[in-house]
Amino acid sequence: MSTGAIETVEPVVPSDFKPGAVRGTDKPPGRSEIGIALIFILPALIGFLVFYLYPFIRGFYFSLTRYNLLGTPTFIGLDNFTRLFQDPLFWNAILVTVEYVVINIVLQTILAVAIAVLMHRLTQSTVIRGLILLPFLISNVIAAMLWFWMLDYQIGLVNGFIAAIGFDKIPFFGDSAWAIPTIAIVNVWRHMGYTALLVFAGLQMIPNYVYEAAAVDGSTEWKSFWRITMPLLRPVLALVLVITVTGSFQVFDTVAVTTRGGPGNASRVIQYYIYQKGFTEGQFGYASALCVILFIILATVAVIQLRMLRAGESDLA
Amino acid sequence: MATATAPSRVAAATEPEITRKRINLGRVAAWAAMIILILITLFPFYWMLRTAFSTTKSLFSDPASLLPVDFTTGAFQRVLGLATPAEAQAEGGSGAAVNFWLYLRNSVVFATLATAGQVFFCALAAYAFARLRWPGRDIVFFLFLTALMVPPIFTMLPNFILIKNLGLINTFPGLILPYFLMTPFAIFFLRQFFLGISREIEEAAKLDGAGHWRIFFRIVLPMSTAPMVTLFILTFINMWNEYFWPLLVGGGENVRVLTLAIGIFRSQTPQGSPDWAGLMAAVLVAALPILILFFAFAKKVVNSIGFSGLK
Repeated sequence: MSTGAIETVEPVVPSDFKPGAVRGTDKPPGRSEIGIALIFILPALIGFLVFYLYPFIRGFYFSLTRYNLLGTPTFIGLDNFTRLFQDPLFWNAILVTVEYVVINIVLQTILAVAIAVLMHRLTQSTVIRGLILLPFLISNVIAAMLWFWMLDYQIGLVNGFIAAIGFDKIPFFGDSAWAIPTIAIVNVWRHMGYTALLVFAGLQMIPNYVYEAAAVDGSTEWKSFWRITMPLLRPVLALVLVITVTGSFQVFDTVAVTTRGGPGNASRVIQYYIYQKGFTEGQFGYASALCVILFIILATVAVIQLRMLRAGESDLA
Repeated sequence: MATATAPSRVAAATEPEITRKRINLGRVAAWAAMIILILITLFPFYWMLRTAFSTTKSLFSDPASLLPVDFTTGAFQRVLGLATPAEAQAEGGSGAAVNFWLYLRNSVVFATLATAGQVFFCALAAYAFARLRWPGRDIVFFLFLTALMVPPIFTMLPNFILIKNLGLINTFPGLILPYFLMTPFAIFFLRQFFLGISREIEEAAKLDGAGHWRIFFRIVLPMSTAPMVTLFILTFINMWNEYFWPLLVGGGENVRVLTLAIGIFRSQTPQGSPDWAGLMAAVLVAALPILILFFAFAKKVVNSIGFSGLK
């Protein structure tokens, strides 16, 4: 019944989400303004060439060299990559990072969708949206420090509470099994409000009368959520996931100021491993090879996600 | 709409009591869940405040008290360098000098200059992409956008080499340059807004003999104050919170920014008992400028999040 309700509203949906991107491109061809355009674009173009394109190409080149930062890079072909695939610490970094991403993204997405749906159905208040966003405004470093204190083994609030209700205290950052989940949860706290606002923006694109019509047909809130909200939200959710998953793979700050990769190798995530290889061990070529792998992983994940969630096609449009 | 409201009125008439009760219960539960989520979001901020106003020594005697233990502003005085080493040690601080004001100045310089340059130059470029006709425009724009796909660390490593070879390590130019001229996102963001501005006024100005330079500064920029301010705030927050790039090129005292200083402050404290009150005070003061900025422009920031995320 409720799906029938959706079909009837399809043509009415305002589709002003994308046209902005098209508007500028379809004007009639005329006199080229290349001279003045060059002046306008020159600073950005220099910025792009010097700090994006050039290092991008150079990054690939460094990945094929041995380079300790002091001398000049020596070309060694694919040696870094063959070494890398036999490096247990590399595989450990991949494993640990994937563990982090899974815990981080699953919790964060569930909570963000919950917050967004609650806000959507309860209140449009900017104040509440602002409060929800607060953790995102402070830096990763500050969020990490704050939770490092709250989760302290000796006198942290959380462990005090755990002890008070009769359980054993947990060495959150000091235990190999707990380090990654802990870091993941700290970053869920920081990012869930931001992600919720992204989802919320998607929810606002679903017209209210879809819900009204569903309610008329006797659909409960719960049913409406699964039959209307989730299907219509899918394209937005896909984009949000591409952004959050890509970001999640690049976790660094929290690790750098709390566990520093430890205990042992328990939280040595990819980006931290790259940093250590490049800057504490001076193996810049090897670090660059790791960057190439990270880039390939991220690009692949993004493509797979967009495919799986069929982001291109919306049920609304 | 008319057909939708009619049956609902009928349904409401037949079983008004039950429906209302169920809806109310559901709403109460939903509000309860919402409030819990807001509490989880906000409580750590309170705890930060509570700790910062305590003395580190007494935190050990009463770790669970909801109010500050031995209320004092000592931690803030320590952080801001207003306490003597003896006073600091008496409250559980390390007694070592923290150059907080210097780091604050560095953060302000870095974030302000990087943001100002980026917003201005990206506005210029965005205008060229949105309004001017030139061959290859769409290809160049697409190229700029693909840069969003590359993880920042990929370009930061070679950028480090470049900055190092230019001899700009531990200088503000070294810190600022990679952000100063463009980011793909800023150009994309402003281009979207410029495309939405009505052309009629520009056409009229053109007929009056105004050139593109004049149109940009006299018409387009004044009409885009709102998105420019939004972009400025979003970029400023990002710059203020940046950690990785300053870690690579800005470790020296003279250019060390707050995020980096806090990381170092934490690693300097002995493993056994860090100066928690001092750390929380430092963290609070470091976050304060952003929080003030946010409260001043909360509505703009909040409403722009949907747009900024869904690139």
